[in-house]
Amino acid sequence: MESNKNFVVGIFEDEDVLLHAVEHTREKGLKIHEVYSPFPVHGLDEALGYKRSRLPIAAFLFGMTGTSLALLMQFWMLGYDWPMIIGGKNHASLPPFIPVTFEMTVLLAAFGMVGTFFIASDMKPYKWPRQFDLRSTDDKHVVAVDLAANKMSKEEISALLKSQGASEVNEKNF
Amino acid sequence: MIADEKYIFKPQTKQKLIILIIVGLVLFAIGVFMAQSGGHHEAAEKHASTEIAKELLASTEPAQHGDTHAAAAEGHHGSATWLKRIYTSLWQNNIFFAGIGIIGLFFIAIQYAAQAGWSAPIKRIPLAIGHWIPIAGILTVVLWFLVKGDVFHWTDASLYTKGSAHYDEVLVGKKAFFFGPFNEGTFPIFYILRMVVFFGLWYMFFTWIKKEMLAEDINGGTAHWLSSRKLSAYFLVIFAVSSSVAAWDWVMSIDPHWFSTMFGWYVFASWWVTGLATITLIVANLKGAGYLKVVTQNHLHDLGKFVFAFSIFWTYIWFCQFMLIYYANLPEETIYFIQRMRNAPYSWIFYLNIFLNFVLPFLLLMTRDAKRQVSMLKVVCPIVIVGHWFDFYNMITPGAMKMDGGLGLLEIGLGLVFAGAFLFVVLNALSKLQLVAKNHPFMPESLNHHI
Repeated sequence: MESNKNFVVGIFEDEDVLLHAVEHTREKGLKIHEVYSPFPVHGLDEALGYKRSRLPIAAFLFGMTGTSLALLMQFWMLGYDWPMIIGGKNHASLPPFIPVTFEMTVLLAAFGMVGTFFIASDMKPYKWPRQFDLRSTDDKHVVAVDLAANKMSKEEISALLKSQGASEVNEKNF
Repeated sequence: MIADEKYIFKPQTKQKLIILIIVGLVLFAIGVFMAQSGGHHEAAEKHASTEIAKELLASTEPAQHGDTHAAAAEGHHGSATWLKRIYTSLWQNNIFFAGIGIIGLFFIAIQYAAQAGWSAPIKRIPLAIGHWIPIAGILTVVLWFLVKGDVFHWTDASLYTKGSAHYDEVLVGKKAFFFGPFNEGTFPIFYILRMVVFFGLWYMFFTWIKKEMLAEDINGGTAHWLSSRKLSAYFLVIFAVSSSVAAWDWVMSIDPHWFSTMFGWYVFASWWVTGLATITLIVANLKGAGYLKVVTQNHLHDLGKFVFAFSIFWTYIWFCQFMLIYYANLPEETIYFIQRMRNAPYSWIFYLNIFLNFVLPFLLLMTRDAKRQVSMLKVVCPIVIVGHWFDFYNMITPGAMKMDGGLGLLEIGLGLVFAGAFLFVVLNALSKLQLVAKNHPFMPESLNHHI
């Protein structure tokens, strides 16, 4: 049974302690799987060395899709498929199409971003997320370390986390 | 905590600015000479193309005014075309740069009223820009009396005389707004009073807030910050009204028949984004020259976001104004856009305006990296500033010059003269201030600013 416990979980009480612990343990070569905190900790993503999200690029592409679809739809409907004279304007005139185009751009960018975010963070319907410690939803910060990704032994890792201010260190397997 | 830092206005920089002014004056002189010598020829050549435009204009006027207004347009000659071009360009440049100056103070007031922390180390740059306010005030009053007959159609006394060929019923209805209790067509007491009061108030608040900001360097504490915030709140209320009325007075009244309820916002949006671009450009250049060590990429990012966001805001206002007038299709409103979109000397500027002030800043400043780099900001900010110079050209010149407007060395030269003088005043003021506030209560927050 012991061999199945493949994660070391450090519990931290304070976000400043956590932030410095993450910085120092990473300097010492520890590879951290993930940190769970009850609220966003400023600077944590930098301390963990995360690359910037590419979500804005997805948002731009979805937005452009919305712009083109909206323009295509309106020019096709009012200019070709069912031309109507509204307010004495040309059938296909750009200015009245702009508000709809704007709305479609925002709509597709927003939906596309949410969808991309769910897919990229592996959040599917009926998928139950792994809980390293339920208290991370209340008042504790949780640092999860994958044993398989580290050369250090279990004991070394828990000693390291303890020395950096972890209030307790547990083991967890999935 | 903050080391003493002063901007040194080097003789070389002064020389460059003086050369800029001289180049501007030379271009202006060549432009005037060209306009004078080519005036007649040009007028004859233009005649054919303007015929169509005039017909278009006449057809959009309401029937009962059609004859009288066309007659007024014909009869209202004023000075020679080249002189009118000088006057119009002077007025355009003056209003444009006056706006940048007042935005310097407005930016500071916004920062105090919003209790913003990030901007603490860069507040001295808008403060220096505010030093243009008194000069702009004097220029505006003096220039107004110089240009009034040629730029402001409504100053003509014959418009208000019943039975006169130029009699204009619409303007008679608006006369109280300009002339107040005085006889129409004489001295526009209300108009001049507003001009003096606005600049007086702006200058008073500028000196008060500046006094508090400088006293804080010496005394420290939070008392000066608190009184600055109070002054800023009063100023913002006054500016909200005065900037709007100033826009009607100094820009919209050039087309006295036309009105737009968006106009106050429109002029403000144009001034505001130009002012933001100017602040950003000066900060980026100072940073590049090794000043402002406490300013990091995070502060530049915030300034970049300001320029990006308010370019979009300006576009939003622009479109709101255009869209409603386009859709409602009321002749007395659409004439404004017909003059600008359909006429040969202006139509390219009308479209260039949207390209420079929306398309380019929107695409160039969209990414995070672009907003954080000095090099990118140094490209986009000049685009926005030049773009809004065209925006003011587009607002002022077609109304004042009708079909005779031009954009040549004359206008560009005067623009350079104003830009050189403006920068000279601003940099000179900046060299006399501490470059970074010494005891600003939000300075620690700003030094740790991360986005």
